[in-house]
Amino acid sequence: MLLTACSEQAPEPSVKNESFQKKLLTQLIKAKPGDVITIPEGRHVIDRALSLNVSNVVIKGVGKDKSVLSFKGQKQGAEGLIVTADNIVLENFAVEDTKGDGIKVNECNHLTVRDVRVEWTNGPDTKNGAYGLYPVQCENVLIEKSVVIGASDAGIYVGQSRDVIVRHNRAEYNVAGIEIENTIGADVYENVATNNTGGILVFNMPNLPQPGHSTRIYNNQVFANNTSNFAPEGAAVSGVPAGSGVIINSNDKVEIFENDISENKTANIIISSYFSAGYYSEKSTAKDFDPYPETIFIYKNRFSGGGDSPDHLELKALKVAQFGFNGRLPDILWDGIVNSEKISEGKLKKEYAICIDNDTAGIINVDAGNNYKNISTDIKPHQCVHDKLPQVSLQRGS
Amino acid sequence: MLNKYFSLVSLLILFTVTGCSSEKKVLLPVGDNYPESLSAWGVLWRDSNRLVINQKVIPYDLNTALFSDYAHKFRTVWVPEGETAVYRQDDTFDFPVGSVITKTFYYPSVKGGSHNQVLKTSDYSQDFVGQALNLNHLRLIETRVLYHSKNGWVALPYVWNEEQTDAVLEITGGSFDLELVSEESGSQLVAFNYSVPDANQCVGCHAPNHSARVIKPIGPKARHLNKTYFYASGEQQQINYWRTSGILKGVPSLEKVPQNALWTLDAKNNIDHRARSYLDINCGHCHNPVGAADTSGLFLDIAQNDDLKLGVCKPPVAAGQGTGGHLFSIVPEKPDESILLYRMHSLDPGAMMPELGRATVHKEGVDLIQQWIRSMKGNCS
Repeated sequence: MLLTACSEQAPEPSVKNESFQKKLLTQLIKAKPGDVITIPEGRHVIDRALSLNVSNVVIKGVGKDKSVLSFKGQKQGAEGLIVTADNIVLENFAVEDTKGDGIKVNECNHLTVRDVRVEWTNGPDTKNGAYGLYPVQCENVLIEKSVVIGASDAGIYVGQSRDVIVRHNRAEYNVAGIEIENTIGADVYENVATNNTGGILVFNMPNLPQPGHSTRIYNNQVFANNTSNFAPEGAAVSGVPAGSGVIINSNDKVEIFENDISENKTANIIISSYFSAGYYSEKSTAKDFDPYPETIFIYKNRFSGGGDSPDHLELKALKVAQFGFNGRLPDILWDGIVNSEKISEGKLKKEYAICIDNDTAGIINVDAGNNYKNISTDIKPHQCVHDKLPQVSLQRGS
Repeated sequence: MLNKYFSLVSLLILFTVTGCSSEKKVLLPVGDNYPESLSAWGVLWRDSNRLVINQKVIPYDLNTALFSDYAHKFRTVWVPEGETAVYRQDDTFDFPVGSVITKTFYYPSVKGGSHNQVLKTSDYSQDFVGQALNLNHLRLIETRVLYHSKNGWVALPYVWNEEQTDAVLEITGGSFDLELVSEESGSQLVAFNYSVPDANQCVGCHAPNHSARVIKPIGPKARHLNKTYFYASGEQQQINYWRTSGILKGVPSLEKVPQNALWTLDAKNNIDHRARSYLDINCGHCHNPVGAADTSGLFLDIAQNDDLKLGVCKPPVAAGQGTGGHLFSIVPEKPDESILLYRMHSLDPGAMMPELGRATVHKEGVDLIQQWIRSMKGNCS
């Protein structure tokens, strides 16, 4: 059964209304700190990018299915809305069918996105815009109760930021549902990620000033993320296998706990190094980049199903060889690539280990660094615990 | 018929009102009360069939310029009397409060063509009568004003009216459906939507330090101005002219002034310098270590000398469909596998670069970057 992609749309006529677009642009350009800019009920056709450069502004509609900015036929601009300002609240409206990103916030302190919907209404398509909700280089970010559907890269994408909470959102039919990248301090909880290619991703990319660490993923529902990968080739997520629940790539200090993770056909959790992301070459990676996922702690998750029909040929072959046609891969799939400088007595030093304290959940080390030679399902090296990460607290002024 | 009558009337009015150009004073606005019409600035205005400039205003030109859909550009600078700008070696000159910089975008019109047909030509020689633009054969589109207020630079887009008598402040920008007609025989019309940026979008490019969010002019830097210009008094090196006119101080001897490549289509030499000059003015205002595009880790300003940061074998960070299916910004010897070239060639708003100010492909720019990448040695494996 297919879930419907989105809730019922406001059946407003899609009439291009020059005067609305001009009025909204004027309000955004002439905004003064303290302004509340309202988007009335209706479907408003906009054909060029909107931007806000003024701090302490609220943009609000009357509901994420009622106040709709439709960018179908957009002629100009790489986003629907681009914000470069501090203390911004975006709530209760929708952005649809932008040519590029939906809402991008570039460099900010204190951002709240609440009850916002970003959607590409035609469903998964390589030609859809890359990111739905996209704060980058921001501090103190709260994204909640929002919905993102159809992004050809990540639905909710937090990049190069610090102190972030992503909660109570729904990400569906994106390549990556929720992605935390090169970010320090993120709590991702009580979200639903389903029907994406990969549900929740925690990545580090090279050649950027800030490597990320310290992300907690908990109490999320991450199920049936089995949509074929529709990212453009070369995009960071184009290597994500369809059927991935949670993926950690090259990132450190990540805690995954008390989630319901199920029916993700490649694996419910994947832990991999940058070498497995498909882009590594010595020339392409700054020397100071740490490509290894380290200090990972997985506990008390509720797993069911999944791993039964992995994407990517080598994983398919591996599954059949190891577990038979009707078998399944263990819940946690690891590429097994570790930093040789951090090995002591034949194994990764305790403080960098992938620790698993999760009932009967198993791990498979596919030994990707040695052409899948020494595949292991030994849980012993992973029977350990790490200190728990602190809760993210947003430094919100009164 | 009616329209013709009105434009004739307004022309006559303009003719009688403007009088002698040199007598005008450049406006000093009060607060943020900016004039609705461009002519009110007293910098440039229509006089009969010419676009004239205040005699105290200096026109200028750039070595290699930003591409804007093959529009021709006419730039002016004005510094308040008794004040001077201060020379900077690498950054925008420090202009005093009250300075006004304008850039007018226009096209030569097509003989016998419709109102919306404009000519694609690199020949500027027919555009001028003396220091003024000859409006008999030109269509004016927009004039962007940068005004240095007490609180910093302000960017104001003015859009020329249908009658071409004056331009009107349009902070929300505008758009025109135009057809580009090439001089080359047998070539096709290119229909495109010319987009005038809104005031916020002006800031998007004019804040080269994105964290500081301070607006600055981009063109008036030593390396972009280091060329000659044909003034009423004859041809002179621009920076020297600014100095002797008293609007610029602190200028070192000319051999110490950096120089970007002179954009001429027949230039065959020094591909690297020409390509870097092109990327500098077209991309460097965002793609620099503190610019809006610093999130990409790709830096294309002239100062960059790390190959990886310049894009050589650099994987994209958040390019979306801008990758065009390619793995690296630049693959040496292989322009067709390079994201940089793909995005310069794209017209999709979600993939194209620059993101704004372009709705056509700059063939000559693409050709240059193609040659440049082809001339690099190596591979990314």
